[in-house]
Amino acid sequence: MIKSVMKPESLIALALMGFSAYLMWHATVLPIGWDGARGPGGGAFPFWLSMIMFVASSGIFLRSVLAGVRPADLTPFFEPGMLGQVLAVVLALGVTILLMPILGAYVAIPLFMLWYLRFFGRNGWTVSLSLTLITPVVLFFFFEVALLILLPKGITEPLFFPLYAMFF
Amino acid sequence: MEILSLLGQGFATSLMPLNIGIVIVGVTLGLFIGAMPGLGSVNGVAIVLPLTFIVPPASAIIFLAALYYGAMYGGAISSILLGIPGSSTAVATTFDGRPMAQQGKAGLALIAAAGASFVGGTISVILFTLFAAPLADLALKFGPAENFALVLLAFTTFVGLGGDDTLKTIVMICLGLVLSTVGLDLITGQPRMVFFDMPGFYAGISFLVLAIGVYGIGEVLWTLEKSRVAPTVTTAKVTYSELRSAFRTLARTWKTMSVGSVLGFFVGMLPAAGATPASLMAYGIAKSTSKDPDSFGKGNIEGVVAPETANNAASTGSLLPMLSLGIPGSPTTALLLGGMVMWGLTPGPMLFAEQADFVWGLISSLYTANLAAVLINLALIPLFVWALKTPFSVLCTVVLVLCIVGGFAPDQRMHDVWLIFVFGIVGYLLRKADYPMAPLVLALVLGPVMEQSFRQALIAAQGDVTTFVTRPLSGTFVALAAVFFLLPLLSKLRKARQVTAS
Repeated sequence: MIKSVMKPESLIALALMGFSAYLMWHATVLPIGWDGARGPGGGAFPFWLSMIMFVASSGIFLRSVLAGVRPADLTPFFEPGMLGQVLAVVLALGVTILLMPILGAYVAIPLFMLWYLRFFGRNGWTVSLSLTLITPVVLFFFFEVALLILLPKGITEPLFFPLYAMFF
Repeated sequence: MEILSLLGQGFATSLMPLNIGIVIVGVTLGLFIGAMPGLGSVNGVAIVLPLTFIVPPASAIIFLAALYYGAMYGGAISSILLGIPGSSTAVATTFDGRPMAQQGKAGLALIAAAGASFVGGTISVILFTLFAAPLADLALKFGPAENFALVLLAFTTFVGLGGDDTLKTIVMICLGLVLSTVGLDLITGQPRMVFFDMPGFYAGISFLVLAIGVYGIGEVLWTLEKSRVAPTVTTAKVTYSELRSAFRTLARTWKTMSVGSVLGFFVGMLPAAGATPASLMAYGIAKSTSKDPDSFGKGNIEGVVAPETANNAASTGSLLPMLSLGIPGSPTTALLLGGMVMWGLTPGPMLFAEQADFVWGLISSLYTANLAAVLINLALIPLFVWALKTPFSVLCTVVLVLCIVGGFAPDQRMHDVWLIFVFGIVGYLLRKADYPMAPLVLALVLGPVMEQSFRQALIAAQGDVTTFVTRPLSGTFVALAAVFFLLPLLSKLRKARQVTAS
């Protein structure tokens, strides 16, 4: 029993049940009932849909638990040996997003690219460095100069003042 | 005749130098994106959409449609040269395309795929031209009740025809719809579903944020996990004489091509079906009607032609309900719809009345995109062979950087970038557990339409629910929706009966 609850299929269904319950609780901020001639209240649509989601994910959970542990469930959820790689990329991406408002996009993104290309992807220095250096230039001209969209710069903002003066 | 003159006016728009240039760039980019294993039209449109702010809205839509077309052509390239489908829509192309490449006929297979794509694209664009205006005229009569019933119908096709687990499909539809309610209540303007009181949620969750997360970051993680060994690239050379003999062979498969085109177009219109099932069905039909079915799977050219005509026709087919009714026929067209709404060009019958220039410009640009795609595809074959040798890590880096920057650009909020990150991880995990992504994206895009039309219809009918079934058109849609919803149940019952009978 515990084994069939602990398999990924059941755990994911359980997480979805929890999330839909959270959504239902959130929806009750606005009226979820029928408001006479005006139809349903503002919370009704999200509330009842979350309810259906809860019922459906409970169905998946029960089905998965009742089925027990079948041979198909014993194949690992992640490809063996690849989970580390996926986690490394997720972590690096998270750090990059975290650093963007602090060090600025023009530091965080090249750092990420250099890590990915040279140390994670094991490309040569020529490929890694040229891509890492060209990308910020392209991004600057595309977003800031052509589209007037300013990317976050954080503490590197003062370094861009001469560039702003040149292009705007 | 009226259609011809409208189309003629459309060509005046689409043949403007800017738009021709846009079509060429869009198609070329689409071809490369489609050719990259793992990336298809939906990933391409999701990642590139924020970059299209650089051109006017009408041109941006033409660009994205051209990219969509190019990606459909491009999918065949990696199916043939790598044996890995460039996207799910090109799965059926690997069945015979890969054996042909291994027999040294990669060039022939590539030409056949491009030629077949062109035929499928052209026939379906002609069908599109004929059906678009009448369908929009019909939709002009729709009120809120009909719109609600139509969206309901679109969702039930996922349950009845989607082929995925019924419960999981329902979960994903509801999740998408609930996420679409985040922000301000459409009728009263009160804030709701503002998670953790974060101000970022007041503006709602943009379809783009979900799409970039799921189809950008999620896709990279998915492909990364599957890419243990680098695939080998078969080289292909295309000579003039080969081109001539390939077209002669292609002409003999006209029957397969016409069946694939018409089938693809109509299957593509259904939100739940689309290019992947259309191409598999066309392959199945070509095989079962062939005089020599055993040669399929061993390098029969018809096995390349059938799925390639069908998947291109389906991509045009899925544009039809998107443009005329405002109901996208595929995840990619759902993103196009979201983009159009963002630019103030809300698709649907009113668009045909109010922005006829734009609509017919877009339709005529499908003709130019199709022609551009086949020419560029054939001309650039050596370049694709080279591009497919790009290290996977380079591709991943570029895609991830575009996801972060592209997610930030539209509203310039780090909040969106974090949401993309979360959606990417959750989407990747859910996809691993076989939860379908297409209904989620469609639900987020259609959610506001669904809720608004539901509540408007009820306000108009003074709270009387029967308005959805008593109005003839709306009643028909609801009845059809009920049939689709019950389909999985019926097939289960039939199976159970067969088991007890035997």
